[in-house]
Amino acid sequence: MASENEIMTDISDDDYSDAFDPDEDMEAEFDDASSISDSGFSPIEPDSHSTGKDPKGKGKAVDSMLTLDNHPGASEKLKEEQKVAVAYVEEMLQLKSEQAAVLLRYFAWKKEKLVETYMDSPESTLAAAGIHENGAQPRLKRVRGFVCEVCYDEMAQETLALSCDHRFCKSCYAQYVTSKVVDEGESRRIQCMGSKCNVIVDEKTVELLVEEEVLERYRSLLNRTYVDDSTSLRWCPAPNCDYALKCHILPRQLDSIIPTVQCSCLHTFCFGCGDADHRPCCCPIVRRWLKKCADDSETSNWISANTKECTKCHSTIEKNGGCNHMTCKSCKWEFCWVCMGPWSEHGTAWYNCSRYEEKGGDAVNQDAQSKSRASLERYLHYYNRFANHEQSIKLEHELATRMEKKMEEMQEHSSLSWIEVQFLAKAVETLTKCRTVLKWTYAMAFYLAKNNHTAIFEDNQADLEQAVEGLSELLEKPLDEEKIAELRQQTTDKTVYVSKRCQILLDDTLRGYEEDRWHWAEAIKM
Amino acid sequence: MGSRISAKRLTKELTELKTNGPPTGCTLIQADDLECWVVSLQVLGESVYEGEEFALRFKFSSSYPIDSPEVTFVNCPERGWKAPVHPHIYTNGHICASVLGSGWSPVLNVASLLLTFQSMLASCKKKELPPDNDRYVRTAPSNPKQTRFVYHDDDV
Ligand SMILES: [Zn+2]
Ligand SMILES: [Zn+2]
Ligand SMILES: [Zn+2]
Ligand SMILES: [Zn+2]
Ligand SMILES: [Zn+2]
Ligand SMILES: [Zn+2]
Repeated sequence: MASENEIMTDISDDDYSDAFDPDEDMEAEFDDASSISDSGFSPIEPDSHSTGKDPKGKGKAVDSMLTLDNHPGASEKLKEEQKVAVAYVEEMLQLKSEQAAVLLRYFAWKKEKLVETYMDSPESTLAAAGIHENGAQPRLKRVRGFVCEVCYDEMAQETLALSCDHRFCKSCYAQYVTSKVVDEGESRRIQCMGSKCNVIVDEKTVELLVEEEVLERYRSLLNRTYVDDSTSLRWCPAPNCDYALKCHILPRQLDSIIPTVQCSCLHTFCFGCGDADHRPCCCPIVRRWLKKCADDSETSNWISANTKECTKCHSTIEKNGGCNHMTCKSCKWEFCWVCMGPWSEHGTAWYNCSRYEEKGGDAVNQDAQSKSRASLERYLHYYNRFANHEQSIKLEHELATRMEKKMEEMQEHSSLSWIEVQFLAKAVETLTKCRTVLKWTYAMAFYLAKNNHTAIFEDNQADLEQAVEGLSELLEKPLDEEKIAELRQQTTDKTVYVSKRCQILLDDTLRGYEEDRWHWAEAIKM
Repeated sequence: MGSRISAKRLTKELTELKTNGPPTGCTLIQADDLECWVVSLQVLGESVYEGEEFALRFKFSSSYPIDSPEVTFVNCPERGWKAPVHPHIYTNGHICASVLGSGWSPVLNVASLLLTFQSMLASCKKKELPPDNDRYVRTAPSNPKQTRFVYHDDDV
C-alpha cells in the first residue's frame, strides 16, 4: 500500500541484522581493532572495551569524553579495512575477490555470519547475494547478429553479460549503471538489467562501463555503505564533516552506557544514536522522550511560547533573555518564568522549581479523569523545564552577541584587551553546556521511579539549576563601564562554580548507571 | 544520450504495436507522439471486471526504458473510463505495483506491462479499494512515481 512517509524496507538486510549474535561480533571487532589501531583508526579508549567482558551490558558507564584518532586520510583507512575483510573471505572460502566483496556487502560486512551461512549452504548463499558460482568475470564482447533487448538495436558494437548470461549492449548497460549511481545513489545493489534477475554488477564490471567521474562517485558511495553497514562505525553528524568514527558499543548496552564521542571537528555526539550530546540521559530514554514530545506537541506547544501574562496584573511579559527570574515591568512583581510562582521562594537552597510534587496523594480515590489530568500535569512539569532550557540556550546566544558588540565598543575607549573580554564567551559556552545537561535531566526525571537515589539526583539537579540561573542573571545585568572588572571577576567565579556543579551531577548520574541505581517508572526497551 | 535510446526504442515499440497489434483485449487509443500513449484494456474471460473497459495512460521520460514509465488508469467520464476498483489501484488511477518501481527492468515494455495489469485484474476475487485510499488520494502527488509505495503485489 502507499504511504509517502513509509520507506520501503529492505528485507534482505534486516534478516541478517536480526539473526546475528552480537557477542560473536564483538570478538571479531576487537580482532579488527587491534590489527588496525596503528593505521589511525583506533578504537575508543580501553574503558569501553571493558564492557565487552561483561555480557550483561551493565558495564562501566563512559564517564569521560572518548576521543578518537582520526585523520584526513580516513577514507583511505576505510578502503584498507575493506580490503582486509575481502582478503579474509576470499582466502577463507576460496572465492574470487569480487565475489567476496559482493558477499560481504550483502552481509553488511559481518564476516563471521557470512562464513557460517556460506558453510551451511554455499549455493543458496551465493544465489541470494546475486552471485553465480562459476561465472567468469564479465568482459566486453562483440557478438554477431546480436539484438539488444533494451534498445532493440542490431548495430551494437560491444556487449556485456553478467554471470547470468543476460546480454545487453554496452551503451545501454553504461546508461543504466550511470543512472543507478548518479540518480539513485545506488552502489552495492546494482542488479542485472534482466527482469527479476538479481545478479549484482560488481566493481570490476562497473569499471568497464562508466566514465571516470561516475566511477569515482560509485566508489565513494560504496565506501559510504561500508560505514553505514558497520555497527562500530558512524559518520560524524556535523554538517560538512566527512569523518567516520569507530566505537564498539552494542545496542543492548545503551541502557547503561552513554557512548559520548568527540570528532576531530570537535562536534560531540552520542555514538549510540548520532544525536548531539545528551548526557546524562541514556539513549533509550532519549528516544522515548522525544517520541512523547512529538506525540504530545499540541498540548505542550503553548509552553514554549515566548510571552506570558503576569499573574498579578495580567500585563503581557515577553521573555528576551535566558534568565528565569522575571520582573513585571508594570507591577514589579517578581516571579519564576517556569513555574510562575513567586521568585522569593526560589533563591534558597531548597530550589523546588525543578522537583515535581505529586498532588492529592490518595491515588485510590482518584477517578480516571483526574488521573489523566495528573499525568498530563506531571508530563508538562518536565516538558516545560526541558523546553525552557532549550529556549534559554537560544536567547543567551543572542544576548551574548549583543553584549560582545557592546564590549567591543568599550574596548575601543578603555584599557581592556581582547583577552580580557573573553570571560563572556566562556560564560555563555558553559551555560549552554550546563543547560543542555539540565535539559536532559528533566527527560530522565520524567521516567525515573522515585526512590532515595532519585532524591540525590534531584538535589544535584536543583543545585545546578540554581547555579545556572545565577550566572544567567549576572549576564543580563546592564553593562556598567566602571564596574567591568568586578563583573568579570563575578562572572568568572560563577562560571567555575557552575562547571563544578555540572561535573558533580554528571559524575554521580553516570556512576548511578554503573551501580544500577536508576530504575525506570515504565519498562524501557530498545 | 538518454533521449536517443528512448526515441529509438519507443518508435520500434510503436511500430510493433501497430503492425502486430497490442495484446488481446487491448486497443491503442492514442499514440500521437513519443511522450504519452493511451491504451484501452479489457479483462479476458471470467472475472469480477467482466464487461468493463478501462484505459491506461503511459508517460515516458527521456530516460525510458532505463527508467520505468509513469502508468495510471484514466478517469474520463466522457469515454466511460474509470479506474478499476481493486485493492492495489487508487481511485485517482495510481497503481501500487512493484513492476513500476523496484521490480522494473529495462527489458520490460508497454506490451508486457499491459499483460501484467490484465492478469492483476483477472486474478482479483473481490472488488475492494485499497484500505488507505482516502488518505492517499487526498495527499498524492500528481505523478505516482513520486510516491514511495510499499508493494504488496508480489503475488500478482
Ligand atoms: Zn542496448
Ligand atoms: Zn541477469
Ligand atoms: Zn566531525
Ligand atoms: Zn544517544
Ligand atoms: Zn505585573
Ligand atoms: Zn520556578
